[in-house]
Amino acid sequence: MMVTKKMYPMTGAQAIAEAMRQINPDVVAAYPITPQTPIIENFAKFVADGRVDTEYIRVESEHSAMSATVGAAAAGGRAMTATASAGLALMWEIVYVAASMRLPIIMPIANRALSGPINIHCDHSDTMGTRDSGWIQIYSETAQEAYENMFLALKLAENKNVQLPAMVCLDGFITSHGVENVEIYDDKTMKDFAGEYKPIDPLLDVDNPITYGPLQLQDYYFETKRQQVDAMKNAKKVFLEAGKELSKITGNDYGYFEKYMMDDAEAVIVVMNSTAGNVKSVVDEMRKDGKKVGLLKLRLFRPFPYEEVAEALHKIPVVGVFDRAESFGACPPLYGEIRNALFDSEKKPKMQSFVFGLGGRDIFSHQIENVFETLLEGETSGETKYIGCRGC
Amino acid sequence: MPFNLKEMPKKPKRFVSGGRTCAGCAIPVLARTILGATDKPIVACTATGCMEVTSSIYPFSSWNIPWIHSAFENAAATISGVEAAYKALKRKGKVTKDIKFIAFGGDGGTYDIGIQALSGAMERGHDMLYVCYDNNAYMNTGNQGSSATPYGAATTTTPAGKVKQGKEQWRKDLVKIIAAHNIPYAAQAAVHNLADLYKKAEKALSIEGPAFITVLAPCTTLWKYPPEMTMQYSKLAVETKFWPLFEIENGKLKVNYKPSKEVPVEEFLKGQGRFRHLFKPENKGMLEHIQKTINENWERLLREEGL
Repeated sequence: MMVTKKMYPMTGAQAIAEAMRQINPDVVAAYPITPQTPIIENFAKFVADGRVDTEYIRVESEHSAMSATVGAAAAGGRAMTATASAGLALMWEIVYVAASMRLPIIMPIANRALSGPINIHCDHSDTMGTRDSGWIQIYSETAQEAYENMFLALKLAENKNVQLPAMVCLDGFITSHGVENVEIYDDKTMKDFAGEYKPIDPLLDVDNPITYGPLQLQDYYFETKRQQVDAMKNAKKVFLEAGKELSKITGNDYGYFEKYMMDDAEAVIVVMNSTAGNVKSVVDEMRKDGKKVGLLKLRLFRPFPYEEVAEALHKIPVVGVFDRAESFGACPPLYGEIRNALFDSEKKPKMQSFVFGLGGRDIFSHQIENVFETLLEGETSGETKYIGCRGC
Repeated sequence: MPFNLKEMPKKPKRFVSGGRTCAGCAIPVLARTILGATDKPIVACTATGCMEVTSSIYPFSSWNIPWIHSAFENAAATISGVEAAYKALKRKGKVTKDIKFIAFGGDGGTYDIGIQALSGAMERGHDMLYVCYDNNAYMNTGNQGSSATPYGAATTTTPAGKVKQGKEQWRKDLVKIIAAHNIPYAAQAAVHNLADLYKKAEKALSIEGPAFITVLAPCTTLWKYPPEMTMQYSKLAVETKFWPLFEIENGKLKVNYKPSKEVPVEEFLKGQGRFRHLFKPENKGMLEHIQKTINENWERLLREEGL
């Protein structure tokens, strides 16, 4: 295998669009919403220039975007859409339908706060809201990761033992609009990796008619849901297999999470998406001063790797979990999962929940450093702390 | 092929018997007529509603053709995705047959909650037929009023009471709304006139691009008349000009049936439980209003035909 790669300065949105160009889906149905818009603008240009064979459906809403994507996938096409925030909220109903029909749709999400108040900037309230929808969720620190995660998601979603839709999440504006150097692998290699899509039970096989989306009441609905549970369990296993395959091209590691300076760490922050980069730079600085701090950057949020997270964190004295979403009246979603993961560990860390960055509020290195200092002192509480929020 | 009632049972059974519609339901009749109007393979989609729940109770299916139901408001969007995949796969040589695409929705799923998705699909110009089976209210859930519910009809959300006498607004004119998308074909049909319905479906399925047909589907259970009277009420709706049969082909309107004698609208309204209150002496003015509006609408239709 002759793999070549070339580095280009590009935004996360462009990197996602590049992945879509190389995958060359049969159908993309999308509706523009900030900050997802440049993804589909770039892709529409590929369509206009004949660089892909895709049927691009310029739908009139996100509800129809997901509906048309479901139709296209059930028909037997490789189908994608992309959205953010209110767009994902408007799709909501059909997001669940896509998972129940076991359609391997890929949907990049430029994470953005949900209204209200209306806000166009980054937080994770949109995808956290769909965490129980039956979709695989992969989070990306950088544009590079977002690009590679598109292929990882494709391999995982289309695996015969999985057959589930997948979201590839990247931080709105921060990653979607921020320019980075991104290594794009050569078309042939990536097209070969994506492979030819072989749908299961397509509608367009008119000689073998199939009924999609029948009425299932008390007598069958439960079993259908149970099968989705099993598919998610399979997805967890297949994620690593798909990662190994992709790693043959990129040489990168695609574990459930990235452990950064954790081996001897006395305090660790857990976070997803772009903020992991900020934490890494703080870890580097503090390590210079001999402070034993580290990071666990979670990649796969659904299915959630409970055992592996417990194994990675149980010996760490103090863990702080950073959520970029709130769960009103309950603990924030990532914190809840991390805490849950550690419940059965004999030895477990002291833990502290932090919420940061809602509606795109910046987080600064000194704030992360302060968090590490308090964690190193063993300061934890049962209450969530709010970073950079007035009056907190 | 011209419509031949005797030939219809010999066609491939695309919508099989054994479904769970009420006795006297118009849906299986109109479904079979439309699905029989082309010999090409069909992929169908149905919005949530009477047709969907009665035809797809797992593990059974009335659909002997590929069929999908996704949700209530999105049949037009769903089928547009299917059609787009067809185009893409045909271009790549992965699908070789000529396939037609039909979406079915009730009036709730079409006039109300599904109108945005329908408008989008019509504007984008997918090669598809959208069929609205119009039973004048949300019948699957027990007769809640829709924007297709006729003026004066009592539904559970527009009940006749001491100060209100059923629905207070006239119906939406959906065929004209859809025709305003400048699509090649939009038509209004009724279930009793199978020859007309067949001809319209055949035309809609032979043209390239989006087509729309709304079919009057009288509902025995919630219009509240005896089950054997469905065809009779469909016919009366047309004879009284309550439901004119017309089509708009490439912008040109044609009235397909002109009743030879004047039949007062009361003939259609009477015997239906949903209109019973209109026959109280104090509601005489409402009956007059209905007749007057029907007459005006008919005259306008004839004028538009002459344009």
